[in-house]
Amino acid sequence: MRKKPSYQLMQGNEAAAEGALAAGVNFFAGYPITPSTEIAEILADRLPANGGKFIQMEDEIGSIAAIIGASIGGCKSLTATSGPGFSLMQENLGFACLAEVPLVIVNVMRGGPSTGMPTSPSQGDVMQSRWGTHGDHPIIVLSPASVEETFHYTIKAVNLAEKYRNPVIVLMDEVIGHMRARVSLPPWPMVERVNRVKPNMPPEWYNPYERQASGVAPMAAFGDGYRYHVTGLVHDAKGFPTANPNEARDNLRGLFAKIERGFREICLVDYEEMEDAEHAIVAYGCMVLSARSALEQLREAGHRVGLIKLGTLWPFPRFALERYLPQLKNIIVPELNLGQVYREVLRVNAGHANIEKINRINGTIITPEEIIKTVKGLIR
Amino acid sequence: MISNSELVKKYFRYNKKFPHIWCPGCGIGTILGSMLRAIDDLELEKDDIAFVSGIGCTGRAPVYVDFNTLHTTHGRALPFATGLKLARPELKVIVATGDGDSTAIGGNHLIHACRRNIDITTIIFNNYIYGMTGGQYSPTTPHGDKAYTCKLGNIERPFNISALVEAAGATFVGRSTSYHTLQLKNIIKRAIQHKGFSVVEVITHCPTTYGRINRKGGAVEMLEWQKEVAVDREKAAKMSPEELEGKIVTGILLERELPEFCEQYDTIIEKAQSLDKG
Amino acid sequence: MKKKKQERVEIRLAGSGGQGLITAGIILAEAAILDGKNVVQSQSYGPEARGGASRAEVIIAKGAIYFPKASWVDILLAMSQKASDQYAFNLKPDGVFIVDATYVNQIPTTSALAIPISARTREKFGKELFSNIVALGVICEATGVVTPKALEAAISDRVPDGTEKINSEAFNFGRKLAREALKERDEGEDEIIEADS
Repeated sequence: MRKKPSYQLMQGNEAAAEGALAAGVNFFAGYPITPSTEIAEILADRLPANGGKFIQMEDEIGSIAAIIGASIGGCKSLTATSGPGFSLMQENLGFACLAEVPLVIVNVMRGGPSTGMPTSPSQGDVMQSRWGTHGDHPIIVLSPASVEETFHYTIKAVNLAEKYRNPVIVLMDEVIGHMRARVSLPPWPMVERVNRVKPNMPPEWYNPYERQASGVAPMAAFGDGYRYHVTGLVHDAKGFPTANPNEARDNLRGLFAKIERGFREICLVDYEEMEDAEHAIVAYGCMVLSARSALEQLREAGHRVGLIKLGTLWPFPRFALERYLPQLKNIIVPELNLGQVYREVLRVNAGHANIEKINRINGTIITPEEIIKTVKGLIR
Repeated sequence: MISNSELVKKYFRYNKKFPHIWCPGCGIGTILGSMLRAIDDLELEKDDIAFVSGIGCTGRAPVYVDFNTLHTTHGRALPFATGLKLARPELKVIVATGDGDSTAIGGNHLIHACRRNIDITTIIFNNYIYGMTGGQYSPTTPHGDKAYTCKLGNIERPFNISALVEAAGATFVGRSTSYHTLQLKNIIKRAIQHKGFSVVEVITHCPTTYGRINRKGGAVEMLEWQKEVAVDREKAAKMSPEELEGKIVTGILLERELPEFCEQYDTIIEKAQSLDKG
Repeated sequence: MKKKKQERVEIRLAGSGGQGLITAGIILAEAAILDGKNVVQSQSYGPEARGGASRAEVIIAKGAIYFPKASWVDILLAMSQKASDQYAFNLKPDGVFIVDATYVNQIPTTSALAIPISARTREKFGKELFSNIVALGVICEATGVVTPKALEAAISDRVPDGTEKINSEAFNFGRKLAREALKERDEGEDEIIEADS
């Protein structure tokens, strides 16, 4: 084990693990996969010392199954994976959405499809993180753009999962996951921890899926004396399978209603130099780093360019764009995929501004110079 | 022993989700009955039991009984149960799973749970077929038998589940049939009391699919067949291989003591915490 | 603004997997933090744990660092022929180019500081294991990008318990190698100047 230095140079993956611990995560199940493995290694070391538990499962299907089981047992649970592993998790991710089990998946994206480019950066899983499972359900996806932000977003992810009884995905890319930077992290007592609401009524009155005014139902842990049923079948407020159309509607619509209610809180967006901007770069993950560098140089050259940084990708923070659409001539969307957030921007824009995409899927990242060139070309 | 009506009142969610979905003559309810009697004999608190299942006819068992019940995805009951057991080691975790659920789609989880020796009791309801989807061959369908995906006879060789889990490291293996309800109850009792990963394989019948396709008769005839082919372990020990041909050995086939996963993990926690302080 | 960009120093350490270059990059980054600077460290590597191409990058700046990757490099360490061939042309005209002459036979420019780092390490310590720390000593002495004090402290923090002393020796050995090589080069330059005049 490494000696603790007095200063902190931290890797993105390490920050995710630190954030998990700071948020009170006490259960991790996972399977080794590049480029996310450091998260499992660190938590294997650190969880038992903090009274938590770590288990290396036989595959990623088992990993997400185990964290669902542990979450039902009352643990704050998290797993970390990458491309192929995330694909394997999809079925049980759907289970957790329908059964409303709080959990966090950290997906450090790598080049795909299939085995793809295991050690190269990509942002190809944006749409998969939203639509990877079968059926309709909401999901929360956060995308950090620095090492320090990875720490804070992982905490936020755990808190949102607990509050909304919903899986949350921390969608990182290899650049953020593997880069090391100087960080200054708050001590754990300063970190806000949100805990799921537990039932306080007598067990015989408890209906595990009866939503309160918040849109979320209190969640008892197995073993707490509230014997109830959890299933991946569409269910009624008691948790029992139903084929009644009204009950099915209430179940599925309710999933969306709770997330819609929390929409503003869930959506993390930062605006940089947007006040007088005529052109906006929309970026997330490592593309924020290229965009910031480009922005600095473009502003220096006197161009009215700003940055809309998406910290939340799903639900898509459409208000962040709508707010600035009247003043924007061009929107530039650099992504390490063929235009996954670009499609969302197109959808929200509805013809207001010109939208330009910059795409890259060869395992390298888009440089500030490429963004500058595109923006200058549009302005001219 | 607890009477049927007391059993229903005490353990079933009788005023909620009945009638059940199983076909007339199905063996699943009988096995569930033996399990409940075992639990009753052991005087376990309902709050202390987590009953976990996968998908298929057997997967529907938990919804009807008044425990902490978890109906998971196809083949995945064991990893769900593993996470739950680690989170709540004080719970008695019992898994109900079918032959397809546990040895086809969930086969990998089964062997790894055996290897880990985590304190979970797994009851495998082996009826040689996929019943819920209408009668396709499973990893335990005997060679030459028919199913709707092998109408001309199964050309695959079946798993011997008890041998498989023993080789994979289970520390308790028992086998019985849905005919031998008393023996089954006693084996399940011992399995629940066993510290470590225990497997109880229960030979049962699906008159609706397997029985019909293979002309095995109805439920009664299929139960009579179970009665005929079952040989108790002690009796089998005195029989020649020729005599054992076509028989199914029942009873407690294996019981061994090895370190249990959750207990071992507790020592890891102690070690890590003392290192952390040091 | 122009000045701000000049503050950004880009360092690339390139060679083969197993040479400890990623560790060296991390140590260099930690030294920069001890010097009170901002830093970003990143790497690329192949699937092999040993022998494939390996590259660590460190960016050091007084101000904020946005783009985390090196593009025009100020300091390049090449510890394999492939690394030298691939990255020599991304070096700034006034950049410092250090090659491990043990593994780089064809050096693309006479302005490179060529030292048989791995061979000398093997001679001195009996194995090449400390080559990365020796290389850090060379970088420190030849470029001054971080202070020797900070680098030595960072090395001591990062290396396994009980190996601090030998690693410190390796570091100082690297500095000595650099001093000798620089002296040799300066003397060579003096000779050229004398010949010209």
